[in-house]
Amino acid sequence: MLTFILRRVLTMILTALCLTFIVFYLTNLPPNLEKLAKSEGNARMGDAEVTGWLDKNGFSRPILLRYGEWLGIAPGFRRTDDTGLATGRCIARGTDPAAAPRFCGILQGHWGASTVFRQPVQQVIATSLSLTGLLMFWVMALMVPASLLIGVLAGMREGSRLDRALSTLSITTTATPEYVSGVILIVVFSSSLVGLKWFKGNATGAMEHATFENFFLPVLTIALYGIGYIARMTRASMAEVMTAQYIRTARLKGVRFRDVVLKHALRNALIAPFTVIMLQFPWLLNGVVIVETLFSYKGFGWTLVQAAGNNDIDLLLGCSVVAVLVVLLTQLISDVGYVFLNPRIRVS
Amino acid sequence: MENLSWGGIFLTILRQFLPVWIALVVTFVLSIRLKRRLGLYGKLFDSIPGMIGLALVFFWIFTALFADLIVTHDPLAQIAGLKNKAPGTPAPGDRGWYLFGGDNLGRDVFSRVVMGARRVLSISPAATVFAFIVGCTLGLPAGYIGGRLDAALSFIANLVLAFPVILLFYLLVTPEIRDTGIPVVMAAVLFLFPVVFFTTLFNSRFHFQPFRRNLYVGVTLALGLWAWAGLAFNADPLGVFRMDPNLLNVFVSVVFVNAPTVFRIVRGLTMDIRARDYVAAAQTRGEGPWYIMLWEILPNARGPLIVDFCLRIGYTTILLGTLGFFGLGVSPESPDWGSTINDGRKLLTIAPHPAIVPALALMSLVLGLNMLADALREESLKD
Repeated sequence: MLTFILRRVLTMILTALCLTFIVFYLTNLPPNLEKLAKSEGNARMGDAEVTGWLDKNGFSRPILLRYGEWLGIAPGFRRTDDTGLATGRCIARGTDPAAAPRFCGILQGHWGASTVFRQPVQQVIATSLSLTGLLMFWVMALMVPASLLIGVLAGMREGSRLDRALSTLSITTTATPEYVSGVILIVVFSSSLVGLKWFKGNATGAMEHATFENFFLPVLTIALYGIGYIARMTRASMAEVMTAQYIRTARLKGVRFRDVVLKHALRNALIAPFTVIMLQFPWLLNGVVIVETLFSYKGFGWTLVQAAGNNDIDLLLGCSVVAVLVVLLTQLISDVGYVFLNPRIRVS
Repeated sequence: MENLSWGGIFLTILRQFLPVWIALVVTFVLSIRLKRRLGLYGKLFDSIPGMIGLALVFFWIFTALFADLIVTHDPLAQIAGLKNKAPGTPAPGDRGWYLFGGDNLGRDVFSRVVMGARRVLSISPAATVFAFIVGCTLGLPAGYIGGRLDAALSFIANLVLAFPVILLFYLLVTPEIRDTGIPVVMAAVLFLFPVVFFTTLFNSRFHFQPFRRNLYVGVTLALGLWAWAGLAFNADPLGVFRMDPNLLNVFVSVVFVNAPTVFRIVRGLTMDIRARDYVAAAQTRGEGPWYIMLWEILPNARGPLIVDFCLRIGYTTILLGTLGFFGLGVSPESPDWGSTINDGRKLLTIAPHPAIVPALALMSLVLGLNMLADALREESLKD
């Protein structure tokens, strides 16, 4: 078990390094650097000036070296100009160059500064993550119980009318991506056309003070897409368990149907959905980006879109690090958890 | 002219879709008559969900085919007086009505949705086919041979799968990246897979019959490399095969995102089927590994693959919509559903129709595909 986890962790670190390098490479392509030079320096710079600016700020060196620098395993870029003033990656403006550290990358906690928000990247990401965390908490609180309930109810009597109705419901929600369900929900519940106006179609207010009125629609929009999927998995798993020998034995023994479902079937039927729920996290990330854009809720997804749309290289890299870590950690937890929950695999 | 009432709108739309209704009725009557002779497709007509799914999918396919007959206005023409006008508003100059109203630029929402079907249905099935060919070409050897090859390919597949899709799109589908040539390189690699796939397919089967082998492989190589040069490098001397650079970028990214999942499915199926008796029999006969993979394993893995194919077209449609929703890689004029939803969502509370009509269209198409996949799965399990 320990070697299994160790191997998984090593693969995960390798994956994370590869992924961050790919993102680093793609965000530091020449056209992006040129845009950065023009937005940070002067919008009317010619080609020669752009090259000069990039040289002066250490952007024209080999990509692997710069990746090492960004990661914090290669010494930061330094340069002494004609007046003898030392500038560099690790030297904050107005501080003593001699006191500056040699290494400054994300491993040392230097994530760089956002050019859009004019703030350190850590700060931007921390604020947005806390907002998204709140959103995700409510999404999970709604999605997991709802989908498990639907799945178990549908799967316990396969082929019944209840099963058909619930299965149709879940297939419909999986066919409705967030940008479709969000639009429909806003029109139905907050536009003047239908006139229900129960909820707000905009979650900006929820950033300070989340209420049922301004937060329910974004939460529901993200949850709906996942509900269908997890419910279908739970249903399949439940239907399979219900045909197992030991369930028949329990029924023949005279155990009540309710007790068979709750005590015998449920625990075995929930192993598969556990993995599915964990693997939903990367998907939820997608949903988060769409929903936060649609409802103008300034969380992680919104920040990612802003960073990508405005060529904010450091912030985009920071966002990708967080996103990649979330995805890989959930994969690890789901793998380990699956082995842990399933005795047949755990023993062998 | 008067504004049309809701009933009037409904009747006019029914009339506009007349070619689609005729085609649908013909298809269904013929299919139900012949259902015993049509194999798995015929069995779909035994289940109600399967028929609903087929009807939805065929509806959109026929809409895409007959789009020119259905549209009431030019989907790109803007009429200033009809900006955000309600459904059923007459167009000036006695030119019919804007059946689903006008969007924020005064274009006809109805015509745009109909034309959008053509655009969506020309990209997503094609992208899915490419993803499947890439996934099969790599997944079969990974599952059959295993070992280092499997480890390396699986690592790469997991790498792509660990990428948040939207981040990948934001990195890959930008105007800047076109200047660097990365999409062309990716297209060159991805579009080479079909050529490799079909060449190996024919070569492994007919290499004892040199004449047929040379004919099939020759035709595949000639056609394939011709299309390859045209699509990936825009270097087709005759100009038959070409792709708009924007579209190429979108297409390549969507294939790239989908291929690893297909790879994993094919790899899993191959590992399962590898242990069967008929594979052992083929090995004893002395068949080559590619023959076994392509002519013994792949046909026997078709059931789950067909089901996944249907689901994946829907998923690709959703992905394309996502790209349009973020305004990535499509021209602002484009009538595809994702960007139309994106255009309409800014005025959602005042004029919801420009966004809600394409939203429902996309939903119904994906729902149809999902129901079809479900029915296919159930019918194929019955055997």
